[in-house]
Amino acid sequence: MSEVNAGKWRDWIAGMRVMLPLLPGAIPFGMITGAVTADAQFTALQGIGQSIVVFAGAAQLASTQLIADAAPLAVVILTGLVINLRFAMYGTSLGPHFGSLSTGKRALIAYLMTDQAYALSITRYMSDAEMTPMAKFRYYMGGAAAMWVVWMSATAAGYFLGNKVPASWSLDFFVPLSFLALIVPNIRDRATAIAALAGGGTAVAAWSLPFNIGLFAAALCGIAAGYAVEVAAGRGATRSEGER
Amino acid sequence: MSSYTFIWLSILAIGAGTFLLRFTFLQLAGRIALPHAITRALRFLPAAVLSAIILPAILRTGPGTLYFGLDNLRLIAGAIAALVAWTTRSVIATLVAGMGSLWALQAMF
Repeated sequence: MSEVNAGKWRDWIAGMRVMLPLLPGAIPFGMITGAVTADAQFTALQGIGQSIVVFAGAAQLASTQLIADAAPLAVVILTGLVINLRFAMYGTSLGPHFGSLSTGKRALIAYLMTDQAYALSITRYMSDAEMTPMAKFRYYMGGAAAMWVVWMSATAAGYFLGNKVPASWSLDFFVPLSFLALIVPNIRDRATAIAALAGGGTAVAAWSLPFNIGLFAAALCGIAAGYAVEVAAGRGATRSEGER
Repeated sequence: MSSYTFIWLSILAIGAGTFLLRFTFLQLAGRIALPHAITRALRFLPAAVLSAIILPAILRTGPGTLYFGLDNLRLIAGAIAALVAWTTRSVIATLVAGMGSLWALQAMF
């Protein structure tokens, strides 16, 4: 293998490795999502088709439950979309990093977008200014493709077998732990720390709101709080802007 | 409408809408220069949104319930993991500390 090719694969594998600890959390969640579609009288093709076409766990689970409860079609669709509003923010945040890539590549990035893929790429891009858009693409794809394979397998297994992962294993706990490990090194200044506190606090306070609105509201509150602190810090913030 | 058709319609509509949500802003933010204020604000999105996923997931004791008591084992394990993440900055160490202490606590209590 030439050195250039080896470099390409290194980015893919690097992305995959960072995604690795995020995968166990997707297994019980995927199995539940698949099992619920079987309960709601989806055919096998519909159960698997939902994962392929939608590829967004929370929206899949919520819309399936509404279908089982015989909700009107418009309510089912709107619920799924409101839950996925956060992807608009992730897209805005990731977009500038992929500026020079083809529309096809960006469509692929969009299709594979998940909380996990966003988290592992943006934290890496923010701490490595040297990465080229192509290297960023390969890194993203390594992680995102691994998640796709696990999600398809877990939801299909859930459809046919039901959820076989005992809750006592607490595999879902891998999700907050992995995100914790990704974000803590990126909290480098007071403004970012305040953004994290405000985001987490809002999410807890708004926990009972439907449609994942709490998450969306938390992101906005966190951003506003961090921004306000940075603006209030005045000249110091302006200087660090200039450095980047 | 048969439930078969209903299910396909919901899948296709949510799928198409979700793709547009994912793609439109990715495309726009890649093609046009974002206003400086937006770029500056977006710097805080990872910290804000990730802690918004982390905190409820750590406090969660069951479907639809958050619990703040010190006898919430996930809260203790999460705090240990946060400390380890902060001091080591290592993903593996954070996972081992968090999962290890949760499983140990669950075995003890």
